[in-house]
Amino acid sequence: MPTITIASSSVEVNDEGFMTVYDEWNEEIGTALAANIGLELTDGHWEVIRFLRDDFASQGETATLRRVSNTGGMPTKSLFKLFPKKPAKKMAYIAGLPKPHGCV
Amino acid sequence: MKRLLVLGAGTAGTMAANRLHKVLKNEWQITVVDLDTEHIYQPGLLFIPFGTLDRKGVIKPRFKQFVKGINTVLGKIDLVKPELKQVLLMDGTVLPYDQLIIATGTTVAPEETTRISGDSDASEVHEFYTLKGAEALAETMKSWRGGKLVVHVTEMPIKCPIAPLEFVFLADAFFKDHGVRDQVELTYVTPLPGAFTKPVAAKYLGDMLDDRSIAVETDFYTEHIDTTGSGSGKLVSFDERVIDFDLLVTVPINMGSKYIERSGLGDELRHVPVDKHTLLANDYDNIFVLGDASNIPTSKAGSVAHFAVEIFVENFLQHIAGKPMTHSFDGHANCFIETGNQKATLLDFNYTTEPLPGTFPASKVGPLSLLTESRMNHLGKLAFRWAYWYLLLPGRNIFLPSAMSMTGKTPADQLDLRLPTTDSGDPDPGDSDPGDSGDSDSSKSDTPDIPIPSF
Repeated sequence: MPTITIASSSVEVNDEGFMTVYDEWNEEIGTALAANIGLELTDGHWEVIRFLRDDFASQGETATLRRVSNTGGMPTKSLFKLFPKKPAKKMAYIAGLPKPHGCV
Repeated sequence: MKRLLVLGAGTAGTMAANRLHKVLKNEWQITVVDLDTEHIYQPGLLFIPFGTLDRKGVIKPRFKQFVKGINTVLGKIDLVKPELKQVLLMDGTVLPYDQLIIATGTTVAPEETTRISGDSDASEVHEFYTLKGAEALAETMKSWRGGKLVVHVTEMPIKCPIAPLEFVFLADAFFKDHGVRDQVELTYVTPLPGAFTKPVAAKYLGDMLDDRSIAVETDFYTEHIDTTGSGSGKLVSFDERVIDFDLLVTVPINMGSKYIERSGLGDELRHVPVDKHTLLANDYDNIFVLGDASNIPTSKAGSVAHFAVEIFVENFLQHIAGKPMTHSFDGHANCFIETGNQKATLLDFNYTTEPLPGTFPASKVGPLSLLTESRMNHLGKLAFRWAYWYLLLPGRNIFLPSAMSMTGKTPADQLDLRLPTTDSGDPDPGDSDPGDSGDSDSSKSDTPDIPIPSF
């Protein structure tokens, strides 16, 4: 696992660049990760990211789009507007969480 | 006698009950509940739309698949009450248990996707995951005169995730056989980033789609299906892509049974969270979940149910004896993929090893070949129907180890493949945002020391 420095913090990431240690994340890192993929975070983004962080803490896995919509109350359409093209993967990346299961 | 209650008499429930009865018949009374009396061989449904199999070829009496001594109950489940160790049926029957197996599978829920339709729609929407749906599609296929055929996966996970790919391969062969392939535009639409989730198989299967001139639309997350009017129907995504169709063969969202939600046992898709190695439900010490009903991160497929049941039986015997469970399920799946013209390919994988090329089950001699089309694989798939009814369901051994083996496989790092690393073929580049794939591509080469995912 590579270790990288981001927003002045040293964090562990996997080969794809997703953070692997839940507690190493903070909001400055989230902002920097978002910038890496060309996103500037607004309140709308933060609402989603905080939901994902809290939900991971209680569920032990990254929420799917369906769960963010059903449980978090954020419509799927708005997630596509906030995190274009691949919202599930982008949200997880910025929130410092594993990407949701690649279901096979 | 202690009481083992099995909910669902499909592939997993039938195998588990028959295997356990053999070893526990003097100590445990096994009761199985299901809501109807027909056991459908689900891998057979794929062939019905093409007229190569009919209902007689896929149905047997459900309760006759059990060995003598197992109780069967016909009824619809209302609630599981774990605190009382009881299951209530809709007709008021109360079934008490000491141990419970949930094996009610997963099924299509087309009502979960918004559908806009009118009175005089020209385009048609079909599915082949139910017998009724597969038969209706067979009728349409007989007289369909060509146009845009779109095969579509709504959302993952789905049961038998390669079935829609098989459908599109078989459709290609079907129209070629009928001499009308040039009048049919075939498109495969998936919410995944490629033809399959894992890179090596995605590459092989993607090439097979290319070879057959089948267009692929990836990362498509469906918002609604619109069939109104006399023109083409429209499949519309949340990011506002539109795909026209004359005939849509869709795989609706798959969800577990509604009683799971009523009982508070499931996730958003009514699948029950379990320990992926023991299949014991997360919050309960006496509820196991077998087959498609659980949330384990592997294919929802009969082969998975079979391998998992073998591990489960060993663990269950330890569990009821008050001992720790020492056997661990590895997520092993083994799936034949029909590719048309009496050929098939084969995938073999588990939680940690992706599908790889090679031979199966033995090194070099096979006789089956992984990720390669062959007639032997097709014969294997056909033979499997017999094995299903006469070996698997009765709980006999079929000489395949339940754990996945690397024997005969070529490891991914030894393959000379040009694997897709980023999305290719963005269908609508004009709609892309500044932070999208182009951006991550450049950052990848500029700053190789900081890995950034390719979106």
